[in-house]
Amino acid sequence: MTDAFLENAFFRNIYCNLASSASPRCAGGGPFGDGMFPAGMEWLAFLITAFVIIFLVVNAALLAVNIYIWGERRLVARLQARLGPNRWGPYGLLTPIADLIKILTKEDIVPAAADRLVFNLAPVLIVVPVLLVFAVIPFASSTWVADLNVGVLYIIAVLSVGSYSAVMAGWGSQNRYAMLGAFRAVALLVSYELPMVLALIGVLMITGSMSLVDVVHDQNVPFALVQPLGFLIFLIGSVAEIQRPPFDLAEAESELIGGYHTDYSGIKWGLFQAGEFMATIASAAIITTLFLSGWRGWGFLPSHIWFLIKLVAVLFAMTWLRGTLPRLRIDQVTAFAWKGLLPLAALNLVVSGVLSFIWPAPGVAELWVMAIVNLAVAAVSIFTLGLLLGPRPGERTTPAGSAVFMPAKREGTA
Amino acid sequence: MYGFGLLKGFSVTALNMARTPFTVQYPDRRVGLFGLAQASGMNPLQFAMKRPGDAVRAILGMAKIKVELPQAPRFRGQDFIWYVERCTGCASCAKLCPLGIIRIVTDPAGRETQEGEVYDVEVFDIDLARCMACGICVEVCPYDALHMGSGFERSKYAFKNLLITVDELKQMPKRPSTWFRPQLEAKGYDPHTGNEADWRLVGRHEMPNLTQLKKSWVDDRTK
Amino acid sequence: MTLRTEPVTINIGPHHPSTHGVFRLRVTFDGEVIVDAEPVFGYLHRGTEKLAEERTYVQFVTLTDRMDYVASMTNNQGWVLAVEKLAGITPSPRGVWLRMISAELQRIASHLVAIGFFLQDLGAFATPLMYTMRERERILDLFEILCGARITYSYMRPGGVFQDAPQEFWPRLDTFLKEMPHYVDEYERLISGNEIVLVRTKGIGKVPADTLINASASGPILRAAGVDWDLRKKDPYEFYDRVKFDLPLAKESDNFARYIVRIQEMRESLKIVTHCKEQIEPGPVRPKEVPFLVRPPRGDAYAHIEAPKGELGYYVVSDGSIAPYRCHVRAPSFINLTLLRDMLVGWKVADMIVTFGSIDINMGEVDR
Repeated sequence: MTDAFLENAFFRNIYCNLASSASPRCAGGGPFGDGMFPAGMEWLAFLITAFVIIFLVVNAALLAVNIYIWGERRLVARLQARLGPNRWGPYGLLTPIADLIKILTKEDIVPAAADRLVFNLAPVLIVVPVLLVFAVIPFASSTWVADLNVGVLYIIAVLSVGSYSAVMAGWGSQNRYAMLGAFRAVALLVSYELPMVLALIGVLMITGSMSLVDVVHDQNVPFALVQPLGFLIFLIGSVAEIQRPPFDLAEAESELIGGYHTDYSGIKWGLFQAGEFMATIASAAIITTLFLSGWRGWGFLPSHIWFLIKLVAVLFAMTWLRGTLPRLRIDQVTAFAWKGLLPLAALNLVVSGVLSFIWPAPGVAELWVMAIVNLAVAAVSIFTLGLLLGPRPGERTTPAGSAVFMPAKREGTA
Repeated sequence: MYGFGLLKGFSVTALNMARTPFTVQYPDRRVGLFGLAQASGMNPLQFAMKRPGDAVRAILGMAKIKVELPQAPRFRGQDFIWYVERCTGCASCAKLCPLGIIRIVTDPAGRETQEGEVYDVEVFDIDLARCMACGICVEVCPYDALHMGSGFERSKYAFKNLLITVDELKQMPKRPSTWFRPQLEAKGYDPHTGNEADWRLVGRHEMPNLTQLKKSWVDDRTK
Repeated sequence: MTLRTEPVTINIGPHHPSTHGVFRLRVTFDGEVIVDAEPVFGYLHRGTEKLAEERTYVQFVTLTDRMDYVASMTNNQGWVLAVEKLAGITPSPRGVWLRMISAELQRIASHLVAIGFFLQDLGAFATPLMYTMRERERILDLFEILCGARITYSYMRPGGVFQDAPQEFWPRLDTFLKEMPHYVDEYERLISGNEIVLVRTKGIGKVPADTLINASASGPILRAAGVDWDLRKKDPYEFYDRVKFDLPLAKESDNFARYIVRIQEMRESLKIVTHCKEQIEPGPVRPKEVPFLVRPPRGDAYAHIEAPKGELGYYVVSDGSIAPYRCHVRAPSFINLTLLRDMLVGWKVADMIVTFGSIDINMGEVDR
């Protein structure tokens, strides 16, 4: 219980209205009421405030998921020259609710061979880490749940827990499709985590702080311009990490039926879907905060509206990606990460290092110079890499073992 | 290369986003304020003044109007139009149905029929559950008594309810499809919304007399 | 260091979302690499050939619709050609032109489905599929005007077609012919240059041309291997010798070549329809003397056509009665599908589905 919480306007309002007016933390903070609790009961005020905020954020996230599912379905439908859901509620806005009711009333099937504990834990584990991410994101100039000084590190750590869920679901289902999906999820995570983190270091070098609040404060020029290469790598990496098309190999419905959630039904399947969509929103929020200058904008709109506009723009781009691109193959995806993104990220790291050695605390003018240098570096490096890698015809693998292929067993199913 | 092909693809999807969706909504269509006002023949402002409640619903995207699907006149529907006056009970349809789903029983009492008289058709069961709407029964009917219908909303919960009986055939609204009966096409007859047509108007001829029968049944076929 | 890996056998299908029907593929994987693949079919067997022996020649037209249900018109066409050959019927010219128009429209519709589902198997979240379905809808609308049905037409009869095209058909056809090339260009813009599609399809699922010939494969698969074989050119049936069109060929014999051959064939089909429309002349669509119950003399006949999926042949034996004594269908999907193992072994799991989609089979025709 440190005073740092009180920088958060959200928290301070609730806390100081609850706690006694004599409380030293609220003195001079503004016109608060007398407070509901006597002096000495500040811990209760703190507790209630914390619960209220957690309640608000969690429910806001769930509501956002509902709206986002609706929005994505409508947008993808329009990209495909269809209409999308429009029957239930105004413009079909209540369709996710109807879906939820359907999911809740469906039979919950657990396969006989499943590892029950792991199987049941997996859907929970995909939702919770994503919710945790929202704790550190500054939604407006003074609205956030916690301002961690290791915010970026925290996000990276928490988001990758989601992949455990895929592995657990794949393992727990005892299903070969699910297992293949889980392996792919892990391969994706291992491949894309590294370039993503390296791309972030460029940002951290400029700001010199890992706190997301500080990152936004230092973004006088959006870092998408200052760090174009980093932005590109982080965008691709986060699309891959949340397993959305064109990187949705782990649940490729045309190959693996549902991937790791093949065997799930009812609300557990619903949790997987909710977790994925929530992860998309969380990723978009992270991209907005780190690269699109977060809640900052021009004065004629309040800061949380600016945040929302940027968030929706990023989500729109992700949905557009989904509506247009086919899926890559697993070896292509990993090759793209190791041979393409990782060298680019390393180069970006070197260039950013040199630039921030020259200007340790850049002002606006220096940031623009950095942007120009980085844009040039990005164009040249992507061009060179394209020449080096290029599209190649696929190579047929000779299966290990022998020239004579294994005969499939005739009796009994595998 | 370098993702320019991908960008072209993005331009195509963006172009299609601007296009009118090709979805056909059925049985009703969601309309906005403009669509609703147009459907009731007013301009939107007038409409909003007169029926504010409906206008609000329309703005919220919850107003719906009934849709009449465009239907080709030859559409082979799920029901049959039978003109009892013309049917002689010859059971050509039953014999030549590829699936054998038509059952006809005529005059079990053994009534003495005179020349020119028709049999009384007592049972005329068509098992729609197995019907594949090929229309061969219509094609082989020598007296234009059986037509394909143009309905398509006959879903039922049980197979046995899909059976069309003779009573139902007699009572069914006469909206025949023009499949194999091209005389109907003359005035752009719309079977779905068109007026009920008298059997004399939709047949190849009126109830056939003996000469006509001989012509269509014997002479035309032995040529 | 080599890791010891263990092969895993998985049943893909018969109720897998992308097996295009009830098809079962027993695959052995080593990690993601396919070691062995064994197609298992017969889940949709309905005994169509046997049913033909108890149906009259016209009645069986309705059952040919159910074989390749995305290309019913060409199925009808093959059958009526066989019956005409058997019974020595000379079809009416206008009927033949109408048959050609509907068959070529059907070829476009079938290729649209093939391309759409091929891209769906690539994982394109249904976008190209929706676009191709949109244009297929227009063709189906045309067919509804023409014969009152959208999937199972039963439009053709020995001697021609059962009914002439109504007046409103021709302006609609003109509009379609005018707009369709732009849509094909749009598919090409969306798909043909897409880098992800290129890396996923180029060089994958290769089969040498002589393997294809030895397996008697036909259709776009064969032409994608550079073999100049199209029955419309090699053995012109109907009036195909009176229309001008090119034969698109590709050399690579990979998934992309099959796709691009189909795209080009759609353009050629549009050309053929235009030619047919110019040359069609008024007249009866079915000769009056052809009875409903065709009674061919004793003997047998084999008629083959170039269906969208390959060579579709009907072998009919008559014993002089109103029903065929024996009927056999040479289904292109079935014969093309036998090559699946040669195409798959050595590729990855993801390539399996894409290669399977690129063959463009229809289980209704495979199992019959």
